[in-house]
Amino acid sequence: MIDDARIQAAMRAHPRAFRDPAPVRARKIVLWVLFVSLFAWCLYDFNFSPARIWEGLGRLGRVLSFMFPPHLWTTWADWSEILKGLGETVSMAFLGTLLGSVFAFPLAFLGAKTINRIFWFRMSVRRGYDVVRAVETLILALIFIRAFGLGPLAGILAIAVSEIGTLSKLFSEALENTSRRPVEGVVASGGDRMQTIRYAIMPQVLPVYLSIVLYNFESNVRSGTILGIVGAGGIGFILSDRISTYQWDQAWTIIFLIIAMVYIIDGLSAKIRTRLIGTWDGAR
Amino acid sequence: MTSQTMTPVQAFERDYAVAQRRANTTWLVGSALFFVAFVATSWLGDFFKVTQVTMSDGSREWMWIIPAGIPRLGEYLYKTLPVLNMDTLGADIAEWFWRWKVWLRLLLETILIAFMATAVGVVGGFILSFPASRNLAPNVWVLWISRRYLEIARTVPELVWALIFVFCFSVGPMAGVLAIGLHATGALGKLYSEVNENIDMRPLEGIKASGGTWFDQIRYGAVPQVLPNVISYTLLRFEINVRASSIIGYVGAGGMGQEIREAMALQEYTDLSAIFLIILVTVVVIDYGSEKLRHRIIGMEAGPQ
Repeated sequence: MIDDARIQAAMRAHPRAFRDPAPVRARKIVLWVLFVSLFAWCLYDFNFSPARIWEGLGRLGRVLSFMFPPHLWTTWADWSEILKGLGETVSMAFLGTLLGSVFAFPLAFLGAKTINRIFWFRMSVRRGYDVVRAVETLILALIFIRAFGLGPLAGILAIAVSEIGTLSKLFSEALENTSRRPVEGVVASGGDRMQTIRYAIMPQVLPVYLSIVLYNFESNVRSGTILGIVGAGGIGFILSDRISTYQWDQAWTIIFLIIAMVYIIDGLSAKIRTRLIGTWDGAR
Repeated sequence: MTSQTMTPVQAFERDYAVAQRRANTTWLVGSALFFVAFVATSWLGDFFKVTQVTMSDGSREWMWIIPAGIPRLGEYLYKTLPVLNMDTLGADIAEWFWRWKVWLRLLLETILIAFMATAVGVVGGFILSFPASRNLAPNVWVLWISRRYLEIARTVPELVWALIFVFCFSVGPMAGVLAIGLHATGALGKLYSEVNENIDMRPLEGIKASGGTWFDQIRYGAVPQVLPNVISYTLLRFEINVRASSIIGYVGAGGMGQEIREAMALQEYTDLSAIFLIILVTVVVIDYGSEKLRHRIIGMEAGPQ
């Protein structure tokens, strides 16, 4: 029979099984106090006053009320503008990812331990990927707009440059995760270094590359929307225009169309992935 | 001739030919689709646009836009570079970072926006991840509603939420916190719910058998299992949120981004490179610190028994 008295006895006998040791508890308390005070200070500094929140929620409610009934454009001219915007966003993501992967393909070899054996060279290439990745796509878009004008081309180039960093890193990681055995096989039958890469490493990494590229394409379709806000074309340009002119009903319909587009793209790319790569996951 | 009467070599030859034909067809169809997609997207995206450029001798010529724009890109980037002389280095750097007081304050604001947005995203995502996981949801409706909510929250980018919240809550970091927080809720809720779907259900059954409610099952059965993963994802999200909050000021939602917009509008070229450098260094430092912290937490999990 387990009753309170026996539980009390057990707690007295083995106190450490029931509570953390004092230093751990002290650290937890200090961390929580730090967190809560920082949070409270932020609330004060960012002016989260109840009156402001209340007023904002009222306006948010009004904005949300434009969601129903959804706005439907009646003329083909209006629809074609929206569809062209959606198409531009997909194009930006597609060509950007494609260009990025074309450049990342050779660069990835320089950053993979299995290919590039020179330590300092490999490490400096990898830091290079990190620097490119650290640059925000939006900032790249702002720069490219100055050189190539407003429109989707600036978005394509911005996505391409930031994809070079991301894809090179992911590709070189894929190159490092290959099995040694096919390489040994090719070397044993007299293959040189190029043949090793071509016949032992490439067949292992190509499905992985394809899967990575498809994932990044999906994520670029999502993030490509924001490039339009600074003027790099696509549906984001139309959306920010509708929001800045307070046409909330149209803005909501555009947001729902973006969500639908992302759904369709995700579904298509999942289809392509299973079709080309299958559910087969490497040799056992 | 049926397969029984074929020699194994003949059977192989026949199957090989079939497989080869199928592979060739797939390759052809795939390449054709890819080509069509390339043509369609490059048409929509103005990739092969031809533009008029002024040559050095003053004449106008038609040129593909990409080689035409690259010199302009170089000029623009060159203008953003500061003039640094070796003998007046200190003074030149001081002039380059002349607004450092404002920038430092905005940098702090940027990091604090990311911090608060991560806190908002963690609380929202963590609470919603349980009703949004297939194995833990109390019923189908709760599952459906919480999943759709998370999907909408993460599909709409931060910058679009920021545009909406700047209208509702006026200009300032509060709109940024809410915008990034909402987006982070969606993204984290999805990741957390994937963690939840991979847990061991036996502890929960034990708690249910001893009379625990749904909340008891989650609190004592699921949470201890998912906590290490949740912390790791949270730190990763903080890194992403710092990047987001550094640009969200572009639409007026607080942080460093407003300076980018101002410098672009006023054509203060060297300011742009200074702001850019500050953001880059901050992002790299935070990424590095959070990576170290994550490895320590993962190490603690697998650490000495």
